[in-house]
Amino acid sequence: MMEAGVQEKIISVINEKFEDEIIESGMIRDFFTIVLKKEKIADIIHHLYHHTETRFQFLTTLCGIHYPDQNQIAVMYQLHNLHTNQRVRLKVYLSAVRPEVNTLTTVFAGANWMERETYDFFGVRFIGHPNLKRILNVEDMIIHPLRKEYPLEDQTREDKSDLMFGR
Amino acid sequence: MIERQDHKAPVVQDEKQISYLNLGPTHPATHGIFQNVLKMDGEVIVESTPTIGYIHRAFEKLAERRPFGQITPITDRLNYCSAPINNIGWHMTVEKLLGVEIPKRVQYLRVIIMELARITDHIICNAVIGVDTGALTGFVYLFQQRELVYEIYEEICGTRLTTNIGRIGGFERDFSPKAWDKINRFLRELPEVLKEFEGLLNRNRIFMDRTIGAGGITAEKALNYSFTGPNLRAAGIDYDVRVMNPYSSYEDFDFVIPVGKNGDVYDRFMVRQEEMWQSLNIIKQAMDKLPEGPFHADVPEFYLPPKEEVYNNMEALIYHFKIVMGETEIPKGEVYHCVEGANGELGFYLISDGGRTPYRLHFRRPCFIFYQAYPEIVKGSMLSDAILTMSSMNVIAGELDA
Repeated sequence: MMEAGVQEKIISVINEKFEDEIIESGMIRDFFTIVLKKEKIADIIHHLYHHTETRFQFLTTLCGIHYPDQNQIAVMYQLHNLHTNQRVRLKVYLSAVRPEVNTLTTVFAGANWMERETYDFFGVRFIGHPNLKRILNVEDMIIHPLRKEYPLEDQTREDKSDLMFGR
Repeated sequence: MIERQDHKAPVVQDEKQISYLNLGPTHPATHGIFQNVLKMDGEVIVESTPTIGYIHRAFEKLAERRPFGQITPITDRLNYCSAPINNIGWHMTVEKLLGVEIPKRVQYLRVIIMELARITDHIICNAVIGVDTGALTGFVYLFQQRELVYEIYEEICGTRLTTNIGRIGGFERDFSPKAWDKINRFLRELPEVLKEFEGLLNRNRIFMDRTIGAGGITAEKALNYSFTGPNLRAAGIDYDVRVMNPYSSYEDFDFVIPVGKNGDVYDRFMVRQEEMWQSLNIIKQAMDKLPEGPFHADVPEFYLPPKEEVYNNMEALIYHFKIVMGETEIPKGEVYHCVEGANGELGFYLISDGGRTPYRLHFRRPCFIFYQAYPEIVKGSMLSDAILTMSSMNVIAGELDA
């Protein structure tokens, strides 16, 4: 559980350089989460990395989430300050039609494959990424399979009835 | 002397001869399905381009259609060398979402199982480092012990490699006396074998010459590449989820986090070796302090009732049906839970929208994240060191490709 003082500190560190970038913030269960505007996300993470009061210098993970009803794709970043053991989750919401966001590879070398994976599965274009290619799927695949419009099984099949227990 | 000005001497090619080597996808030295296209100058690697995804099975997509209890078997197949850690990590994620209080006994039993799994994983990695340096003997010694752990799993859950161990809420049954006997036998026998193994390799001139300085990475780079687990600790950073964010009562036990200095093959080997001793220590402490109590939490909506009750008790029958069909109520929520897997921070990021399956499940797979540093680590090293680097990083294909 993150104390209120620490949360305010992180918010103020972001606000001192990037005003009006925070859309909302709060605790989701035990995890402090900040929803940001998408334009300056890489700069904000860069700022949080170098600022002496935050020093979020470890990228735990990043991944995409598709919300077909809002026609949005969220990209979630989890940062970790290993000195004080504070974790923070940052989220940006992108349009699902043409999802684009700046790359984080300039700050974290480890973001490279994580972003490629997100591109592969959600089609999020990371602007400035050195090698934005598919990573786990075959290169000539034309869809981004983790999007919700692609069902796990072919829905036109008639030999398997999933009437009772399908989602 | 005749001047031979008209005759041109052959131009001496002073340029480097670059050749390309396709290492993998199925090469006996890569221990799994990894392809690396290596640009070679003689025996020195100039550039390496890894291709991954050969055994990609779309677990994150599969999970979006499976009820929570049925996701456990797919976590087995992430890091199949230490499947119980993945299983229990997943159970704990769901328990965190549900807000279930887990009995102390279950937590201790889980610690025992997870540390056994860590030992088997490290056994595989370190024994294989030995094999890749030409020492097959140690491999055979240690694999005998790994077999004992698999027999323990068999006694507890009935399976060996992909264990599907435990349930959401605890274990399917308490450990039998036979299982305790087997654990005791393992605790008795492993130290001797481990000492023998260390005697063979730790101060072995050939082994040291071969591994010290090979495949090294600095602490700064390791952090920047989001390394976790023994690979990060070998570089000198003492980050361990068991200590940083204790789960399953790890705060009750005394243990040391071994750290290396150079982050090379030798340091990774030594860190894993010491972790095995620490794991043994933790298992002993857990067995000494093991509290009495139930072996599962009271969560009838998720925990399958005993079979005789299903036939004789109406409620048990209803719960049984609901669990098997995956029709239980799940709270909405978003949780991240991480455990210290054998290779590093294994995280589960779970979003539930209240449906019978997760809305989104993302695995933070340590192998996937640190394998991307491989081209940089092997750049400028010899081909034989590159193979050693890969086995010492313990890249598991199942976890890499998910």
